Amino acid sequence: MTPDLHLWIVPVLPLIGAAINGLLGRRFSRQAVAGVALGFCGAAFAMALGVAIQFSSLSLPYTETLAHWIRAGSFQADFAFYLDQLSLVMLLVVTGVGFLIHIYSVGYMWEEGGFYRFFSYLNLFMFFMLTLVLAGNYLLMFIGWEGVGLASYLLIGFWFTKDSAASAGKKAFIVNRIGDFGFLIALFLLIKHFDSLDYGQIFATVQHLSPETGGSGLLTTIGLLLLVGACGKSAQIPLYVWLPDAMEGPTPVSALIHAATMVTAGVYMVARSHVIFERAPMALTVVAIIGTLTALFAATIGVCQTDIKKVLAYSTISQLGYMFLGCGVGAFSAGIFHLMTHAFFKGLLFLAAGSVIHALGGEQDMRNMGGLRHKIPWTFWTMTAATFAIAGIPPFAGFFSKDEILWQAYQASWVYWLIGVFTAFLTSFYMFRLWFLTFFGEYRGAAAAHEDHSAASHAHGHGGIHESPKVMLVPLAILAALSIIGGWVGVPKALGGDNRFEAFLSPVFQTRANAPQEQSAEGAAAETERGTELAFTGISVAAGLAGLYLAWLLYLRRRQLPQKIAHVFGGFYQAVLHKYYVDEFYAILLVKPLIDGSTKILWHGIDQGVIDATVDNSADAARGVSDSIRHMQSGNIRSYASWVAAGAGAIIIYMIWIGAR
Amino acid sequence: MVPLSYYLILSGILFTCGVTGFLIKRNIITIFMSIELMLNGVNLSFVAFAAQWHTLSGQIFVFFVMVVAAAEAAVGLAIIIAVFRTSETLNVDHINLLKL
Repeated sequence: MTPDLHLWIVPVLPLIGAAINGLLGRRFSRQAVAGVALGFCGAAFAMALGVAIQFSSLSLPYTETLAHWIRAGSFQADFAFYLDQLSLVMLLVVTGVGFLIHIYSVGYMWEEGGFYRFFSYLNLFMFFMLTLVLAGNYLLMFIGWEGVGLASYLLIGFWFTKDSAASAGKKAFIVNRIGDFGFLIALFLLIKHFDSLDYGQIFATVQHLSPETGGSGLLTTIGLLLLVGACGKSAQIPLYVWLPDAMEGPTPVSALIHAATMVTAGVYMVARSHVIFERAPMALTVVAIIGTLTALFAATIGVCQTDIKKVLAYSTISQLGYMFLGCGVGAFSAGIFHLMTHAFFKGLLFLAAGSVIHALGGEQDMRNMGGLRHKIPWTFWTMTAATFAIAGIPPFAGFFSKDEILWQAYQASWVYWLIGVFTAFLTSFYMFRLWFLTFFGEYRGAAAAHEDHSAASHAHGHGGIHESPKVMLVPLAILAALSIIGGWVGVPKALGGDNRFEAFLSPVFQTRANAPQEQSAEGAAAETERGTELAFTGISVAAGLAGLYLAWLLYLRRRQLPQKIAHVFGGFYQAVLHKYYVDEFYAILLVKPLIDGSTKILWHGIDQGVIDATVDNSADAARGVSDSIRHMQSGNIRSYASWVAAGAGAIIIYMIWIGAR
Repeated sequence: MVPLSYYLILSGILFTCGVTGFLIKRNIITIFMSIELMLNGVNLSFVAFAAQWHTLSGQIFVFFVMVVAAAEAAVGLAIIIAVFRTSETLNVDHINLLKL
C-alpha cells in the first residue's frame, strides 16, 4: 500500500514563496521577506523529511501524475513526479543545504538593496531545482533544467548595475544554452525512437537493448548529446568557462547554485540516465575522460588564483570532474556520494568565504588577508572542517567519497586513478594555500583600502574586521558538522564499514552491466582486493597530506618561495595564471567571428542593407511622388477648375476616339 | 432649316468661352458671368436637341436650369457683396481665408 505523497507540493511551496516575495515583497519589511522565504523553503525541507520518513513503506520507484500535459498521438508527457533512492538523496540535499543557505543569506544580504528580489529569485531557484530533481520524465526535467539556468542568470546578475555582473550573467546563460541545445536534441531523438520521455518507459525499453560496442549508434548518440547538456550545466570542459565568472553573484548564490545544487544537475542527469549510458560504453568513456581532464585542468588553474571565490569556483569545477569520472567508470553511486558530500563541504566553503568577505568589508583578494583565525574563530573552525573534507583527509566527508571514486576509477583504468590522485594532491594544495593565506600569518590588508572597494560592489563595509552574526554562523556550524560526519554513511568495506550509501542506492543502479562481475569478486579475491584498496586509500591520503605540507611550506614557512617557483616556470606560470587563455581562445575562435558575422552580414548587410533599405526606399519613393503631385492641391480654385476642364477635355477626346473607331 | 451641328458648335463655343473665362479671369463677377455663359451654352444644346427630336423634355430642362441659375445668381451676388464688404476686393486670388 503506497500512500499518496503529494510530491508536487514540494516544488510548489518555494514557488509560492517566490511569487509572494516577488510580487508584494517591495512593500514588506525585511523581516517579513525573510520570514516568507524561509517559511516556504523550510516547509519544503520539512516535507522532504516527511517523504524520507515514509520512504521505507513506499514501493519504489514511486510515481505520481498530477495532470496531463501533452498528448499527441501515441506520445504523451505529463506533469509526473518520480521518487526513488536517487531522487530522495537529491531532494534532501537540495532542500537541506538550500534551507541552510537561505538562513545564511538573511544575515549576508541584510544590508543589501533588493532584499526581497534576492529571496524571490532564491525561492524561484528552489522551485526549479526541485522540479528538476523530482521530475518523472525528461521534459519536466528540462523545465527545471532551464529554470535553474534562468534563476542562475538572475542571481549572478543580481548586482546588475555592475557591468561585470551583468555580463557574467549573460555569459552563464549563453554557455548553458549550448549545452541545452545538446540536451534538446537528445530529447528529440528519444521521442523519435522510443516515443516517450517518461523515465520508466524509456528505461524499460532500453534495458532490453544490448550494449553498443562500436563508437556509433543511437544510444551512444543520445548519451553524448545528454553529456553535452550535462557539460554545460555542470561546467565541464569545454563549457566550464561560465562558472568562474559566475562568482560575480552574491556569495550565498555561489554556495547554493554554483557549488551545492545546480551545477550538480548534470551529474544527476547522467546518473539518472545510467541505463542509457551503460548501454553506450563509448559515451560513458567520454564522460570519464571529460571528468578526469576537467578535474586536473581546473585544479591547476585553482592553484594560481588569488581571488578567494575564484579558487573555490575552479575547485568546484574540479570536484564536478571527479563526479563525472565516478559516473564515467560506472560507479554512479560513488558519483552521487561525492555530489552529496561536495554539497556539504563546498557549500560550507563558499559560505565561510562569504563570512570572510563579510568580515573584511568586501575584500576578496587572498593576498590582502591573513592572520584572521583569531579574529573570526567560528568562520576559521568551520572552514577548517570543510578544507580538510575537500582535501580528502580522513575521517572528513570528502575522504570517503573521493576515495570511493578513485578506487572505482582504478578498477577501470590506472590512468584515471593516477590523474585523480595527482588532482587530489593539487586540490589539497590549493585549498590549504587558501587556508594558510586567509587565516595564518599576519594581516596584509589595509583597513582603509577595503572601505573604498566595498563601496563599489558590496554594502558590507561597516566597522573593522568582525565575526559574522549568529544567523550566518549557525548554518556554517551545521554544514561543518555534516562535512565531518557526512561521509560516514558510505564507509567502504575495506575500512570496516558496509558502505550503506551505495547499498541504499543500489536498487537504482542495479542494472549495471558489471553487477555480476562484482558478485563473483566476493570470496577469495575479496581479501587481496581489500589489501589493494587499503593501499590505494593510503596513497590518496598521502597525496592529501603532501598537499597540506607543500602549502604549509610555501605559504607559511617560506613565503618567498612561491615567487621564485613562479619565476622558474615563467611561461607556464603565466599561462596558468591567465587560465590557459581559454577565455581569450574562445573569444578569438567563437565570439569574434560571431560578432563580426553579426555586425557585417546580419546587421550592416541584411538588416540595414535589405530590411531597412526596403522600408526607407519605399518611404523615399512615396515622398518623391507626393512632392511632385502635391502642387495639384494648391487651394487655388482656378487651378482646380483647370484640372476639371482638363479631365473633361480628356474624356471628350476619349469619347470621340471611341466614336471614331 | 439650320442643321443641328451648327447649334451644337455654337453651344460648344459658348461653353468653351465660359470655361476659359472661368479659368483666366480674376474678378469674381466676371467668373460668375462665365458660369452663366457655360450654363447657357448647355441650354442651347438642350433646346437644339429638343427641336431636332420634337420632344419637350429638353425645353423643360432649360427652364429648370434658368430657374436654378437665377437662384444661384441671387445667392452668388449676395455672397459677392458680403465678400466685398469685408475684404474690399473682388480678386479671387486675394480671397483665400480658408487656405492654410
